[in-house]
Amino acid sequence: MQIPRVLFGDNQFFGVNHMSEEKARAQQMRFQNLEAIIEVLDHAHAAGINTFMCTTHDRVEQICDHFRANPERYADYQFYPCMPYAHKYNNAATEHGMIEAIRMFLPQDGFVAALLKSGTALASKDVATIMGLLIDAEMKMFHGLKTPVIFMQNVITDLLLGLRMHSALRMFHDHVRSKYDAEPAYITMNLPLLLDVLEGLGIDNPVVCANINKVGFRMCGGIETYERTIANRRFRAIAMSVFASGAIPPREALEYVCRQPRIESIVFGASSRGNIQQTKSLIDELSAA
Amino acid sequence: MIRTAMVGLGKMGLSHLAIFRAHPQIDLVAGCDSATYLTDVLEKYTGLKCYADLDQMLAKEQVEALIVSTPSRLHAGMVEKALAKGLHVFCEKPFVLNVDDGERLITMADERKLVTQVGYHFRFVGAFRELARVVRSGALGKVHHVRAEAYGPVVLRPKGGTWRMSKEEGGGALYDYACHAIDLTNFVFGTPQAVSGVARRAVFSRDVDDEVYATLHFADGVSGQLCVNWSDESYRKMYTRITVWGTNGRASSDRQECQVYLRHPHPALPDVPAGWTVRNTTELTEEVWYYLRGEEYSAQADYWVKSIQAGRLDGENSFRSALMTDQVVAMIMNHTRQDGADAAAAAAAQWQPKHRGFFARLFG
Repeated sequence: MQIPRVLFGDNQFFGVNHMSEEKARAQQMRFQNLEAIIEVLDHAHAAGINTFMCTTHDRVEQICDHFRANPERYADYQFYPCMPYAHKYNNAATEHGMIEAIRMFLPQDGFVAALLKSGTALASKDVATIMGLLIDAEMKMFHGLKTPVIFMQNVITDLLLGLRMHSALRMFHDHVRSKYDAEPAYITMNLPLLLDVLEGLGIDNPVVCANINKVGFRMCGGIETYERTIANRRFRAIAMSVFASGAIPPREALEYVCRQPRIESIVFGASSRGNIQQTKSLIDELSAA
Repeated sequence: MIRTAMVGLGKMGLSHLAIFRAHPQIDLVAGCDSATYLTDVLEKYTGLKCYADLDQMLAKEQVEALIVSTPSRLHAGMVEKALAKGLHVFCEKPFVLNVDDGERLITMADERKLVTQVGYHFRFVGAFRELARVVRSGALGKVHHVRAEAYGPVVLRPKGGTWRMSKEEGGGALYDYACHAIDLTNFVFGTPQAVSGVARRAVFSRDVDDEVYATLHFADGVSGQLCVNWSDESYRKMYTRITVWGTNGRASSDRQECQVYLRHPHPALPDVPAGWTVRNTTELTEEVWYYLRGEEYSAQADYWVKSIQAGRLDGENSFRSALMTDQVVAMIMNHTRQDGADAAAAAAAQWQPKHRGFFARLFG
C-alpha cells in the first residue's frame, strides 16, 4: 500500500495551534462554516494533495457528506481517520464519569444496546469487544469513503504505552485489518518507545506518525535519538509538526525533514491557497533533490 | 528505583498512572481503586497489582511513596495514612477541602521529613514559568493589578452525575478550575490577603458553582480579579490566563505563549527590550522523557522523583505551597473579610449574601 508523499492535516480547522490560542480562535471563527473548510481542502486537492488526515471530530461528518455527495469530483480522494477526538471523551468523562462516557459514544441500537444493557462486555472486561465497538462508532462517519489507513490518536497510543496496556495496540491493529481491510497506524509523541513495543507485539513495519522537526519540539527521547531511530528502525514514518507550529521557516523546516532518510510522508495543515501550494512544491522540490 | 503505589485510578488517575509508570526511576508496584471494573481491566491487561482498599494495600506492599488521585474529599484522610507510614506523597489538586487538615498534614510531613507535592501542573508550563520570571524580576515596575482567568466547556447542561458536580465531594468550578488560576497567581505574583465582591453561582449545575468571580486584595494595595467559568462552550478545552499590570508595562501568559510589553527596558531583564516580546511554548518547553497530554504532567512527576532522591522538602507545589491556594479558596467560600483589607473590600463584603434573601438566592 502506497502512502502519498504529502498528506493534508486538520488542526487549523478545529482550533488547534501549539503556538497561540488567539490564532487558534481566529481559525475556529474562520472555519466555523463548512464551505470555508471545503474551499481549503479543494485548494489542497488542486495542488495535488488527495489525502485528508483528520481526527474524528463531529464536524468531519459534514465534510464526509460533501465528499460523498460529489463522488466524481473526488474520485481519487481518500481519508486517513485518526481516532478518537479525545476532547469529546474527556469532557464527557468529566461530566458523566468514565464508564458512562464510553457508553455514550457506543451505538445505542440492537445488538450493541443489548450487550451494554446487560453490561456483558463491560462486566467481563472484554476490552477487545469494547474497542471494536468504539472504533466502529468512530468509523461510521466515513462510510462509503476510502479509508486505507486508520490511525490511533497519540493521546490513546501514548496512554496505552504508559499504562503498559500493550495488547490494546494489537487489538486496534487486528480490528482495523479484519473489519476495514485497512492499514492500522499510530500517532505518537514517544516514537522510540512505541517502536520497541510494536516490535514486541510482532507488528512488523508499522505506519507511525510522529513529530519530526528541526527544533526537536515534542520529540521524546531527544532529536538525536529520533534521527537514529528514523535511520535504523524498520517502520513507515510520517512526519508531523514539521514546522513546529510555525517556529521554523518553511524551507529550513522541510530541508531538515526531507534530509532524513526513509521518511515516507509529510503531513501539514495550512489555511491559504498560497501556503498550501508553496509547501507542496517545496516538498516536491526537496524530495526530488 | 522508588517503590511507589497509587490510589485513585479515575480520569486524572489513569493519566498519572501512565506517566509515573513510564518514569525510569519509579517502580509502580500497586494501584488501588474502589471501582473493580477498572482494577480488573488493569490487572488483566497491564499486570498491575490492584487493591480495592487503601489500608490493605499499605499493609501488604512495602513502598516508599504514594500517589493520591482520588476525589478531593478523600485526599486528607489518605494523605494522613501515607504520612503516618512514612511515605512521600504526591497528591492531586486541590490539596484539602479543610485548611485545618492541611496544617496538620504539613506538620506531619515536616516532622517525618517527607517529600510532598500537589499536582498544580501549570507551574511546570514553560510559558507560565516565563511569566513568573518576568514578574519576579521587577521589570514591570510597581505592580498594581493582577487578573487570573480560567474558562472551559465542562458543564454545559443541567445534568451530570460525577463527584465533580457534588458540593460535598469538592466539586464545582471553584475547586476544579479556580484553584488553578489562584495557584498560578500565587506562583507568578503572590498570595492575596483578602477577597471581596465574590460572585459564585450556578449556570447549569444544581449543586455546585459553575462560575466564580472575586476581587483579590494583595499587600501594598495591589488589586486583582479572579474570573472563572467552566460553562463556556466557546473554549475547546480548559483555558487559563494570568495578566499582570505594572507601572513599566504588562505581562500576560496562557499555556501557549507569554506576551510582555515593556515601556522601557529594565536592567533586571536584559533579554527583553522595550515594546512587545512574545515567547511561545515551542521555544519555552523543555523536553521530557515521556509525553502524554502535555510536557508539564511529566515534568511535575519528574520533579517529585528528583525531590525524593535529593531529599528536597521545600520544592515547587509542596503541601505548604498548595495550602496557600486552599486558604484563598476558603476565603472565597466564606466571603470573609481578612484584617488588612481596605475599605472597599469591607464595603463589598457587606454586599455579600449571608442571609437567605434575594441576593442569597441569586448568588448563593
